Amino acid sequence: MNLMLATLIGLLFAAATYCLLRRNLMRVMIGILLLGHAVNLLLMSASAPLAETPAILGSDGKPVPGMADALPQALVLTAIVIGFGLSVFTLVLARSCFQGARIDDVRDLGREDEP
Amino acid sequence: MSELLVIAPLLIPLFALIACLIPGLGRGTSDAISLGAAVLVLLTASFLFAGVLAEGTRTLRVGAWVPPFGIVLVVDTLSALMLWISAFVAMVVLMYGVRAKADEDAPGHLHVLLHGLMLGVNGSFLTGDLFNLYVWFEVMLISSFILMVREGKRSQLPGGLTYVILNLLASAMFLCGAGLLYGKLGTLNLADMAQKLGALKDPELVNSSGALLFIAFAAKAALFPFHFWLPASYHRAAPAISALFAGLLTKVGVYALLRLFTLVFTAGHGFSTGLILNLSMATMVLGVLGAVAQYNIRRLLAFHIISQIGYMTAGLAIGGKVALAAVVFYVLHHIAVKSALFLVGGVLEAKTGTGDIRMHGGFYRNSPMLALCFLVPAFSLGGIPPLSGFWAKLNLLQAGVNGGHWLFLAVALVVGILTLFSMIKIWNESFWKAAPETGFSPSDPTPGRPMLALCMLGSLTLVFSLGGSFVFKFAQRAGMELANPDAYIQAVLRGGGS
Repeated sequence: MNLMLATLIGLLFAAATYCLLRRNLMRVMIGILLLGHAVNLLLMSASAPLAETPAILGSDGKPVPGMADALPQALVLTAIVIGFGLSVFTLVLARSCFQGARIDDVRDLGREDEP
Repeated sequence: MSELLVIAPLLIPLFALIACLIPGLGRGTSDAISLGAAVLVLLTASFLFAGVLAEGTRTLRVGAWVPPFGIVLVVDTLSALMLWISAFVAMVVLMYGVRAKADEDAPGHLHVLLHGLMLGVNGSFLTGDLFNLYVWFEVMLISSFILMVREGKRSQLPGGLTYVILNLLASAMFLCGAGLLYGKLGTLNLADMAQKLGALKDPELVNSSGALLFIAFAAKAALFPFHFWLPASYHRAAPAISALFAGLLTKVGVYALLRLFTLVFTAGHGFSTGLILNLSMATMVLGVLGAVAQYNIRRLLAFHIISQIGYMTAGLAIGGKVALAAVVFYVLHHIAVKSALFLVGGVLEAKTGTGDIRMHGGFYRNSPMLALCFLVPAFSLGGIPPLSGFWAKLNLLQAGVNGGHWLFLAVALVVGILTLFSMIKIWNESFWKAAPETGFSPSDPTPGRPMLALCMLGSLTLVFSLGGSFVFKFAQRAGMELANPDAYIQAVLRGGGS
């Protein structure tokens, strides 16, 4: 399971990097979305080795065996919500960039700044 | 009561934000609420600062969770100083007037975004928890994204998109670093992290998280090679907004670097600081060289932010209480000076209708007060004695001499001269030379009370300059606390102040 997860995360990071290096703005957007998934899975898997026993105790006052650490899951949930909001905003921004300034190539983003 | 004081810099902007959302609120009312909230935050920050000076570091355990569980808010001297100066800049910017012409019929929503931004900034200064820091960063960033592009001008969108994409990447790096660090240490509390790292047999393993977090903060602080978003976007936002960004946003990145790389990722824990010094020097040189080629006033100033950030992180890399005190003083001085210069740039743009300084001229004769308000911060930035930039650079160079960093000294001095050169360039073009015969085509009249705002920032710079030794005492105290993080760790884990 850990190996599968690690491979998946690696693949997602590779795909995200590939898309981010493209010049087409839409592909960059896809890259950002993929990167978000890769990071969330990484956060999730950080809790897998369970180096520390989780803060949840059973009724006998001892850590419950086989219990996952709840904190990383809470963190991932927060990260997903934030990532969702930001992705939507970025997509809208990219769309208005295309509609207003006719830009769909990242090289054109800095065009008007030439001194 | 004193616990309430710690969380007040978060509650006041939050309530102001909610108040400005009330439908049907008039333009004047929302302006008044906004300014009132900003003044209140400044007062709170002053009380908090006085309290920290008297009683030492204060903490607030949110929800009464005992550290290292739950989130803890911490105010030490550095946090208190940063809270105070950011509250001051926010107040001044609100006085300057944030409304553009397009905002006449939308009374509240601009203030909602501004207070959202201040909420994120204050939260970043207060929190003692790594993941909470991420959340505050996002609060700050989403507000800044919208403020950056909200006028919807065609020129704003591409720069805004660059800004958004690069900051999203940085946030992803931040999350990776935080997640891996949690996997290794099983804690998110910064003080607890420092303690657990000290007890670890293989602390060099966290170098990977350290590097990821460094990239994240360096991107927010606009350190080379992560700085490209800044000169592409800052000058395109409205003048008052860009002054707020220039003063605060990059400095939040610097604050996070200062906090984490003195507390958690220290040389004692096997983290290498040599890279930071080299990157800082590259940042200083490239920033100032970028500025030399520019003629758009605010874009030129944006390049100077990058170059000055290099000075601050170089001080962090040198380390030790002298260098860290110098960095704290540098940050304070820089926030006041940079916001003032961006506001002057805004006034000039409003008066001439263009940001190109080659088209300006004659403002020394026509508005001598404005010229003075430019001259004080500009010379301070260039490091002319007895202004605040001189004291900041002097102390930093002193720390460099003590540490034997000769290359840094040479770079710092050359960059200082080039900084002065481009300040003089603005002076010559905008103020000194005769006004162009074709005349200006003024754009929107400057909103609000720009001269009042400029005078306030100018006098703050003068206080930092003439009262340099007085202010430097606070910076020294902050530097001392950063160099000896044990007191911070004790205060967080055992409870201090409240």
